[in-house]
Amino acid sequence: MSKVYVTRQGPMIAVHDLSLEMRHEHFVCLLGPSGCGKSTLLSMIAGFVTPTSGRILVDGRPVTRPGRDRGVVFQEYVLFPWRTARQNVELGPLLQRLPSAEQQQIAERYLALVGLAEHAHKYPRELSGGMKQRVAIARALANAPQVLLMDEPFGALDAQTREVMQEELLKIWLAERKTIVFVTHSISESLYLADDIVVMTARPGRIKEIVRVDLPRPRERGSPEFVAIARSVERLVKEEVLKAGLV
Amino acid sequence: MAARVEARGGAAPLDLAAIEAASARQERRRRWQRVSTRTLSLLALFGAWWAVAAANATYFKWFNPVLLPAPPAIGKEAWRLLVLGTLQWDVLASLARVAQGFVLAAILGVVAGTLVARVRTIENVVEPVLDVLRPIPPLAFLPLLVLYLGIGEASKIGFIAYSAFFPIFTTTREGIKYVDPLLVRAAESLGATQRDILRYVIIPAAMPSILTGLRLSFALSFFVIVAAEFIAAERGLGFLINDAREFFRVDRMLLGAAAIGLLGYGFNQLFGRLERALVPWKD
Repeated sequence: MSKVYVTRQGPMIAVHDLSLEMRHEHFVCLLGPSGCGKSTLLSMIAGFVTPTSGRILVDGRPVTRPGRDRGVVFQEYVLFPWRTARQNVELGPLLQRLPSAEQQQIAERYLALVGLAEHAHKYPRELSGGMKQRVAIARALANAPQVLLMDEPFGALDAQTREVMQEELLKIWLAERKTIVFVTHSISESLYLADDIVVMTARPGRIKEIVRVDLPRPRERGSPEFVAIARSVERLVKEEVLKAGLV
Repeated sequence: MAARVEARGGAAPLDLAAIEAASARQERRRRWQRVSTRTLSLLALFGAWWAVAAANATYFKWFNPVLLPAPPAIGKEAWRLLVLGTLQWDVLASLARVAQGFVLAAILGVVAGTLVARVRTIENVVEPVLDVLRPIPPLAFLPLLVLYLGIGEASKIGFIAYSAFFPIFTTTREGIKYVDPLLVRAAESLGATQRDILRYVIIPAAMPSILTGLRLSFALSFFVIVAAEFIAAERGLGFLINDAREFFRVDRMLLGAAAIGLLGYGFNQLFGRLERALVPWKD
């Protein structure tokens, strides 16, 4: 499928002739230089943006609009500032018209899962960046989606928080076993998390290569195997960065 | 030249309770300073007025003392009118008009603002009309309103409603139009329908600006009530002032103005509380 944006400078091909199949219950990272269309691809899976040509199928059903089968975690957290952490997590169950006792129970379970049980009553402005993103993850999971779409979710966090969040996300994923599509431009992040790393080309975005990472988890970031794969992925990405003239 | 930056010392044990107490003391002192300075500022204005009025009346004779009565004269007049029972009636009459006009404006403003922000066709139909009307001072329409609606309550309430409509309309429209689109996306991905989005995203997100509009409009209602009551009213604070003008009673004119000022201040405080109660998530 393809996506063309019409801009003031003329049409811009964000994604062209891309086809990709993501394996059920696997962790897939979309990796590429900025502007390679990886976020556009994620937006199309989420249903925020319609492809110019081609289509997207989730479990065989074509995507036409956003829906609760595809949970989304955004880079900028995007919590509802007027709802407390708990009320944010409760919104999905609330929209499903579940009884309020059940909403509360679900919210409590997922807030506990992300380690925020004690901060349930706080408003987003009272939470740190890492905590906000935990709430956003809990909110997405509480809705029991089939696919979890994450758009550079840890991009705005500091390096230490980021590593902790990666470890926790992995734990949650091992417990809940969803298909996760995770956009990042960090090679080490993708290598730490993914089963499959989809390396994308510079604009227009296509698939350059799919790297299958078979290392056992939890992965040791300094191990020779890790470093070896990181080197080869880095080479792939660098070619695209240079091609796009981004340096 | 290179500078050497050093941090040293601070090895002594820390008395956290004392540090906390000192910080609380400082906070209390700051609050006290704020309140006392503000009170003093008002008292100074009052005192200056009193001093000028007294000095002029007893000694300097710069101008006719009738033009500037001293504060006690206003208080005395207020007391007299209270005992007579007319001041309460004037306040009530004005409040009733303001309340009716304001409620009308609030309903129309919120509904119109929401529709214009959400429906492109309505926006294209309504907006040019309002853009043309907005710069015309509402006062220009008062004589017309009196012609159309008569000299009774309807024209006064209509005038207040018309004047107060614009701030509510504008802030509601802006508040709803500029809701963060990512919040809408987040709700859509959680399975929200268009109606859910209006209820759970757009209205709460626009609430702070709607409340700002309501506050501005309420203040504006008080602003225009006096003009409305200059024309053919038998009660009301505007009537009190206009009536006093005919009898050259400066004390009553000032009393009317002071009453409006106090009422406006009181309601503004009330709105502030309402805002804090309705949007506790903002600071």
